[in-house]
Amino acid sequence: MKRDARDTAQSKQIISRRGMLLGVSQLAFVGALGARMQYLQVNQSDQFRLLADENRINIRLIPPARGLIYDRNGIALATNKPVYRISLVREDAGDVDKVVQRLKALVPLDPEQLERALALMKRRSPFVPITIANDLKWEDIAKVAVNGPALPGVSPELGLRRSYPMADDFAHIVGYVGAVNEAELNRVDDRDPLLQMPHFKIGKIGVETKLEKALRGTAGTKRIEVNSIGRVMRELGRKEGDSGANIQLTVDSGLQNYVQARLAGESAAAVVIDTVTGDLLAVGSTPAFDPNKFVNGISQADYSALLENKYRPLPNKAIQGIYPPGSTFKMITALAALQADVVTPQSTVKCKGHVEVSGRRFHCWKRSGHGNVNLINSLKKSCDVYYYEMAQRAGIENISAMAKRLGLGTHFDIPMSSVAKGLTPTKAWKRKNRDADWLIGDSLNASIGQGFVLSSPLQQAVMTARIATGKEVIPRLVKSINGQEQPIEGGASLGLNENHLRLIRKGMFAVTNVSGGTGYRSRILGDQYRMAGKTGTSQVGNKVVRNSDVEWEKRDHALFVCYAPFDNPRIAVSVIVEHGGGGSKAAAPIARDIVLQALFGKLPPLSAYPKADRARIKREQKNLKLRDPATGKTVGDQA
Amino acid sequence: MSYLEHNVKTVPVGPQKILSLNWAVIILLSAVSGIGFLMLYSVAGGSMTPWVEPQIKRFALGMGLMFFVAMVPIWFWRNMSVLAYGVSVILLLGVEFFGTTNMGAKRWIDLGFMVLQPSELAKLSLIMVLAAYYDGLDLKKTSRPLWVLIPVLIILLPTALVLKQPDLGTAILLLTGGGIIMFLAGVSWYYFAAVIAAVAGAISAVFQFRGTAWQFLKDYQYRRIDTFLNPESDPLGAGYHITQSKIALGSGGWTGRGFMQGTQARLNFLPEKHTDFIFTTLAEEFGFLGAISLLGLYTLIILFCIFSAMKNADRFSSLVIFGVAAMLFLYFAVNMSMVMGLAPVVGVPLPLVSYGGSSMLVLLIAFGLMQSAHVHRPHRTR
Repeated sequence: MKRDARDTAQSKQIISRRGMLLGVSQLAFVGALGARMQYLQVNQSDQFRLLADENRINIRLIPPARGLIYDRNGIALATNKPVYRISLVREDAGDVDKVVQRLKALVPLDPEQLERALALMKRRSPFVPITIANDLKWEDIAKVAVNGPALPGVSPELGLRRSYPMADDFAHIVGYVGAVNEAELNRVDDRDPLLQMPHFKIGKIGVETKLEKALRGTAGTKRIEVNSIGRVMRELGRKEGDSGANIQLTVDSGLQNYVQARLAGESAAAVVIDTVTGDLLAVGSTPAFDPNKFVNGISQADYSALLENKYRPLPNKAIQGIYPPGSTFKMITALAALQADVVTPQSTVKCKGHVEVSGRRFHCWKRSGHGNVNLINSLKKSCDVYYYEMAQRAGIENISAMAKRLGLGTHFDIPMSSVAKGLTPTKAWKRKNRDADWLIGDSLNASIGQGFVLSSPLQQAVMTARIATGKEVIPRLVKSINGQEQPIEGGASLGLNENHLRLIRKGMFAVTNVSGGTGYRSRILGDQYRMAGKTGTSQVGNKVVRNSDVEWEKRDHALFVCYAPFDNPRIAVSVIVEHGGGGSKAAAPIARDIVLQALFGKLPPLSAYPKADRARIKREQKNLKLRDPATGKTVGDQA
Repeated sequence: MSYLEHNVKTVPVGPQKILSLNWAVIILLSAVSGIGFLMLYSVAGGSMTPWVEPQIKRFALGMGLMFFVAMVPIWFWRNMSVLAYGVSVILLLGVEFFGTTNMGAKRWIDLGFMVLQPSELAKLSLIMVLAAYYDGLDLKKTSRPLWVLIPVLIILLPTALVLKQPDLGTAILLLTGGGIIMFLAGVSWYYFAAVIAAVAGAISAVFQFRGTAWQFLKDYQYRRIDTFLNPESDPLGAGYHITQSKIALGSGGWTGRGFMQGTQARLNFLPEKHTDFIFTTLAEEFGFLGAISLLGLYTLIILFCIFSAMKNADRFSSLVIFGVAAMLFLYFAVNMSMVMGLAPVVGVPLPLVSYGGSSMLVLLIAFGLMQSAHVHRPHRTR
């Protein structure tokens, strides 16, 4: 097809003209693109760069190492044990089931945990490492590491787990840590972002929770580069946090171990306090439990067993438990009477086994009566009638005030859970709380530590220490935080008449050192170890039958308080054996053994015991399940 | 015998052809492709795999094809136009029946040795067949309704097939590319005015009928338009692409963060970082200067083509060169507009830079045609 020249030239003209037009509009569009580039990249650059940095930098927390807890001699009570875990990254594993099968052949995997982990893995992004096994042995981890090439996506990890090497011994004092629960997460006063971290543990009871702030430390941060789906690309920098403060307690782990072992088998509690500093040397409560079981979540069966045990292992009876102090209260009544100047040391009261007050008959524990008793003998023989008389003379307000002065009805601020305040009743208290007038009978009951009076073993130990020293002894549990010695509070004189105190001490000495004293059978031989004490039997319900004839729950509580050495008091001890029967029989021997253990720092020589008892004591000492301080193993554990 | 064949003896022969190639355009194309290699290397985190190596191989193959096409006289290709158009329509139909599905769209045919995207081929053959049509058409008939209707149908057939895949981006490119050839060929302004008015009406109709049984676009296409109009409304959802790509661009600043120092694309904040959104990596790592330089390179290619086309006395050659230039222009203009938030996100690659086989091969073949037209241009003076 041939075209004529005019047609061609005209067409060329059109194409050129329109082509020019097209070219110009294309250039205009290019100009617009360039302008847009300039706007985005130059004018708005700062704003976008900021957004870009936010896009890629993510701040993650580094959990601090929790502070360690030691006893007064530097022996570890709570440590952070390195534990080996295995985590699996779904994306890297490829065939997860196959990898898990291979892993199962190598190391023991908890099927329950594995199932949970695999379910979790399906819900999370494929690159998130999921822990599939905890607490593996080093040998197992080594096996996994050696077989690394056959286990894609599997990586062994090192973590820290709270461990309580003393197990049951410090269950109530140190307590335990556990996973953060919903309520703790919503607490207003603790907004630490660490709580949000998975696997983060906080104190639940005891020192672990009361000193949580110091123990926890502060979180470190690391800046990491992540992509839009959250995968970590690399670490850009880190700021280490401060690990938690190390805490040294006043407790002596050897003595604590002894106390727990000595109380074993009973539902009992005992407190050993330093009469000079107020240091709590031992705070025993039995039965106890293994706090290690709580760290990774206790099994339902174990927890039910603890809850259903009628000896109530969970509460700390030495601190939380409040009991009528029984006859151990008599020192207070006597002091109040002396202070009120309503009695002289020599004046006597005739005990014929009971006394009639406003138409009611109040019995002495000895139905045949004690005859004429003075103050020292009233303590030695624990004559109730003498104190009924003192109560009428001194009045409840004086008695209550004296109780308070000696530490009863007082809240001691030590870092333990639910520290009980107890009760020292007054007329006003009864009006307010019982909506009834104070009766004279109430005073009589209170004078022998029954009725409304309630105190904890801790308070009883404090009371005894105060009587022994005449000073305001205040209990102390924390010796130092991060090496910084904590102040010893108190120590000032109580302002009591020294002659009165001397009388009381003499009476207490008579209880455990003079034939006929209620605690004479639990005496200590050797002048430098002699103890002064007081038995107590607090009634559980009214009854006139013998304790051995009723079921356990209805028997009386056995109490004993004492201090030693008599000449130069260093320790005060209080013991309660729940439903143990009489204090002289059930509690005093325990207190005596604890005193000797504390004074000798080890099992005492048999020469400290009365000759007739030595064979039995030797047997008992042999049967005690004590921890070997060198190996940490409990004797008899193998059996 | 056409005007071109009439002047055949002035056309260079043998090795002379190589010298008379438009070397400026070849160098510019290589430079743009080179930038593409660098960017793909960076996006892969400093690695030749998985993208740079295959891209270089395709570039080499494409260059070979370009030279081959350039050596063959342009009138041979003009005679092949209708055949090429027929083949691409058949291939588009083939996609409908034998295509592989990828990300919800059927766009590819697996030929065994390579995966072919017939819609790319359709762009080139559409330019050729329209240029050939107007080459043979009497100038006086150009604006007569019947003779306007024929090229419109020629354009609409492949466009409809591509739209059905669905591939809105390519459909727009085909429609606009075809329209540009018609405009250059001298079709009356009135037709274009009418079409523009009709398009405006259609757009309003598209939105009027949204949500009814009569709606024209797919829901995801509506959403893309919504997102484009207000990307901040849903920055982590549908507006994610646009917002992230603007952040990447903006964070580049004047000179950029430096080669391999970009964070946004490499850290997966950006979707399709090696294909449609590769410009963001360039803009982030080399900043405004890098981005404007690439724009400059494209513009120079367009300008050289326009000069070449205006000097070419042959109507087919001239229209093909303009058409190829328009194809390149539409690619980068749409891609950059989309990345910079000036247009909705439609799947259009950045020419020669984005990772992808079909588009690079077809574009280099198209420039082979442009070179052939340039080499075999009539020389009036002799």
